[in-house]
Amino acid sequence: MYKVEINNVSKSFGQLNTLDDVSLELKENQFVTILGPSGSGKSTLFNIISGLLIPDKGEVLIESEVYTGRTGRVSYMHQKDLLLPWKNILENVCLPLNLKGYSIKEAKIKALNYFKLFGLEGFEKNYPNQLSGGMRQRASLLRTYLFSNDIMLLDEPFGGLDAITKRTMQQWLLEVFEDLKASILFITHDIDEAIFLSDKVYVLSERPASVKAEFEVNIARPRSLDTFTCKEFNEMKKDILDLL
Amino acid sequence: MKKSGSIENKLIPISFFTILIFIWELVARLELVPAYILPGPIRIIKTLFMNLPVLKEHIIVTSLEAIAGFVISAIFAIAICLLMDSITIVKKAIYPLIIVSQTIPIITIAPLFAIWFGFGYLPKVVIVVLVCFFPITISLLEGLSSVDEDLLNLIKSMGANKIQTYKMVKLPAAMPSFFSGLKIAGTYSIMGATIGEWVGGKRGLGVYMLRVKHSFATDKVFATIIVITLLSILLLKVIGIIERKSMPWIYKQELENTEEYK
Ligand SMILES: Nc1ncnc2c1ncn2[C@@H]1O[C@H](COP(=O)(O)OP(=O)(O)OP(=O)(O)O)[C@@H](O)[C@H]1O
Ligand SMILES: [Mg+2]
Repeated sequence: MYKVEINNVSKSFGQLNTLDDVSLELKENQFVTILGPSGSGKSTLFNIISGLLIPDKGEVLIESEVYTGRTGRVSYMHQKDLLLPWKNILENVCLPLNLKGYSIKEAKIKALNYFKLFGLEGFEKNYPNQLSGGMRQRASLLRTYLFSNDIMLLDEPFGGLDAITKRTMQQWLLEVFEDLKASILFITHDIDEAIFLSDKVYVLSERPASVKAEFEVNIARPRSLDTFTCKEFNEMKKDILDLL
Repeated sequence: MKKSGSIENKLIPISFFTILIFIWELVARLELVPAYILPGPIRIIKTLFMNLPVLKEHIIVTSLEAIAGFVISAIFAIAICLLMDSITIVKKAIYPLIIVSQTIPIITIAPLFAIWFGFGYLPKVVIVVLVCFFPITISLLEGLSSVDEDLLNLIKSMGANKIQTYKMVKLPAAMPSFFSGLKIAGTYSIMGATIGEWVGGKRGLGVYMLRVKHSFATDKVFATIIVITLLSILLLKVIGIIERKSMPWIYKQELENTEEYK
């Protein structure tokens, strides 16, 4: 059984054809990346999976149940960190728990358990604008995780970070992923990032986006910095570059 | 760099203002203009302090009218804005009316309120409410509609209902612009109460002003103007303090930044 299954989804905004017959699958505990050029329609695809947008054609299945146009099932981390400026980090992270009906105290206790793992210890009482970009992304990720940890949609979470911070965050995410046992759909336009993190990579075309190719990444886990220089990595990188 | 700049920014207008006051005093001392037309600043200040016991009662009346009107109009504005923001058809119906109503100068309808509501406190409070309502409503409405669409989507995708969306996202996001509306309304409120008192009444700074004007006590007129100005500034400061207290996420940050400069 697939965790998420997208069947023949198409979407246009007026004259603008954005998605054209896109199908993809995500299995349990899998890390699947959607790689595509800027403006091709990747975020639109996530908006459809999360139920915020309704596709013109096609359907979204979650654990074999139709979820087209229904929100509240998967957790979705937007391209921007979207932390609430008026709440401190702890309150921000507790938001999904509060919405699920946890009391304020219960939510805080539950959330605090993860502050160390997410590298946010000591910043509970800070407001988002007092944090670095990397920390904000980690806070946003923790919030996403606390909403629902089985299926997570991550839209370019490291897109706005500098190269060094990005590397650190990628390694960190890999480690956390081993611990958390989640099924993740991940968007990026960074080929290295896609291969390094994923079990499977879908390559999208220019707009209107369709699936150009899919690659199974058979590089053993746990992966490390050496992965970036190994043979399989470079072969796959070349294949993908040829395609684009 | 930054610091000397800000001192300069204060020093220049203050010295300019001092020079103006000095020239004014000079004009009065040399009796270039008779005192019943333009009394000197020192004389005005003296008059102000000597009349303080009399003024006190009027100050209290006017302030209470202004504050009551201000608070009532803020409550009204919040209610109307929430209605307009959450129900599109209400906004379509009411919003143009609110805008058009602003073309009617309040002074012209003030006498009407005296006819309708008599010469007590009520017509004054009504005028203050009307004067304050517009700036608060417009700025709050703008604040509510300028919330980041993605933020609303996020909280929606987490399953928030309408009330939670307002409580957690829309209202806090609208706070800065709400407060700028409150500040404008605050400065208008004392003026609104004074205008109301001009139309008729027994107490209040407007009434007092008319009374001293009729006896050509120009220094007392000026003293009243100063009192009215000070009251407006005071109200503005109080709103500013409440603003800082209620938006720590903005001002906490500012504080730490200024500390960095030291
Ligand atoms: N709500 C909308 N209404 C109209 N057009 C839209 C809407 N959302 C997205 N688009 C358009 O659809 C196209 C794809 O947008 P999308 O955000 O999905 O791209 P993306 O692949 O995520 O790009 P990036 O890598 O820059 O984030 C863009 O041209 C965008 O302008
Ligand atoms: Mg995008």
